[in-house]
Amino acid sequence: MNDTSVDATWDANAPGFSVARANAIALYTITRREVKRMLRIWTQTLIPPAITMTLYFVIFGRMIGSRIGTVEGGFNYMQYIVPGLVMMSVITNSYGNITSSFFGSKFGRYVEELLASPMPSWVVLAGYVIGAVLRGLLVGAIVLLIALFFTSLHIVHPLITLTTVLLGSTIFSLAGFINAMFAKKFDDIAIVPTFVLAPLTYLGGVFYSVNALGSPWREISLANPILYMVNAFRFGVLGISDVDVWIAYSVMAGFAVVLAAIALTLLHKGVGLRS
Amino acid sequence: MPDVPALETLDLLKTYANGVQALKGVSLRVPPGDFFALLGPNGAGKSTLIGILSSLVNPTSGGARVFGISIHRDRGAVMRQIGLVPQEMNFNQFENPFDICVNVAGFYGIPRRIAVQRAEKYLNELRIWDKAQQPTRFMSGGMKRRLMIARAMMNEPRLLILDEPTAGVDIEIRRSMWQFITGINRAGTTVILTTHYLEEAESLCRNIAIIDHGNIVENTTMRALLSKLDVENFILDVPAGIAADALPDVPDVKLTRIDAQTLEAEMSKQHDLNSLFAALSSRGITVTSMRNKTNRLEELFVRLVEHGRPGESRAAA
Repeated sequence: MNDTSVDATWDANAPGFSVARANAIALYTITRREVKRMLRIWTQTLIPPAITMTLYFVIFGRMIGSRIGTVEGGFNYMQYIVPGLVMMSVITNSYGNITSSFFGSKFGRYVEELLASPMPSWVVLAGYVIGAVLRGLLVGAIVLLIALFFTSLHIVHPLITLTTVLLGSTIFSLAGFINAMFAKKFDDIAIVPTFVLAPLTYLGGVFYSVNALGSPWREISLANPILYMVNAFRFGVLGISDVDVWIAYSVMAGFAVVLAAIALTLLHKGVGLRS
Repeated sequence: MPDVPALETLDLLKTYANGVQALKGVSLRVPPGDFFALLGPNGAGKSTLIGILSSLVNPTSGGARVFGISIHRDRGAVMRQIGLVPQEMNFNQFENPFDICVNVAGFYGIPRRIAVQRAEKYLNELRIWDKAQQPTRFMSGGMKRRLMIARAMMNEPRLLILDEPTAGVDIEIRRSMWQFITGINRAGTTVILTTHYLEEAESLCRNIAIIDHGNIVENTTMRALLSKLDVENFILDVPAGIAADALPDVPDVKLTRIDAQTLEAEMSKQHDLNSLFAALSSRGITVTSMRNKTNRLEELFVRLVEHGRPGESRAAA
């Protein structure tokens, strides 16, 4: 074999070795790999949501919305649905990113590179979640830019807008990670988006205000976690919401904490990963 | 700490969810710097044991220490000591070898600058640097095997575990792989090897354990194990030909005619060859060449896994 001599000094057993620094490098590596993957397959990750949302804006916003006229807060229908559609793109893409990437690594067995490494479980989870959140943010930004071709928007509460999109994206990244851990075949990662995520999103106040619903449909809608994300985001962008924004934050934070705890426990035990 | 073993397992037991008991209390000790063979038939428990050591399989009970560090107490520190070359390909087919190696180094917390240098070094040493930027799905089987060795070297492990690293690899590449791994071992890395090519284990390894049905049936030095084989088989070439009924009777030698030009002689290692040649000469049979029939370790291996430890019952092992 060829011999090449290089100065590649690094010793985990040397005095002064920092586990915290090693974990930070590992976290950066997973995140970087996830972002590279997303950009490498941009025709699958970035273009489809842009096309889908453009169609939503054209059909629901322009064609149907022009007949609806002004809705809550004096906004036209196009302006009203933009926050919900952006949020819908963010959560579906965050979810889809982590399920396909993590299940792909299980299916191709290269998840073993992570399992046989010194990384603690939280670094693996955080790396995948950050990667999925970044895709959610990028897709959200693209959809928002497209929306600006159809209507004018002034973001009322930028901080609430940003924190809501981060929280919503994190929640669905964690949920997607748990889904991917249990999944045994590709069908298993399609079931939740089709039968759970899509209905909850469409019934989560993206296209209408739940205040327009009569009892008990309004009360039933309040059990939908996506409703809180959509409304908090709409409050951030337009300044209007069907629910109290602090209740929305509490619900989102609660979901994030519970899902993170479940994902970490499953990962630590190696459910669906270690035999 | 020269006395701290590279690997020590104590009563490792693994029962899978389907009830299969893959390990039934495996206790092993591998000295630091050793080139250690872990042999066994398919399904004996080798990969389960390696899986436990590399954190891919959860043990049911028992413990393991790598350079004195408990796998239960500090998994991260143990993993930093280990490099794993698994039996099955387990890298992303859409990534290229360079990215795979650099990313794995990152998982170990190795700074990118050093990871890049090491990737270049090991991909070069394993002669796949020219494929470094191609997706791995376009690589041959031998290249993929070498990539897995390069990847396992990224953290420059003190313990390198090779699970069937040369399976399906042609002889030239196999030799170059062993040249590389022997060099790594000479530089101080402890190597644990599982292989079905027993001549590899015989020529490379100093110590050996044979596992069968989840039990260690033999654990000794290669020299001690080979010395237990008291019978040798020789193949004798007889170009002039020999009739089926022309074989002489030689005391304590089992002489068999394989075909008209070939004989096989089975005899004790202590038995002299002179009496055999004298008997053949007396019948006018001229032997032009002679060689050992089989790999010695293979002979022992078959005996051990079929009959248990020589002189002991299998249950006792």
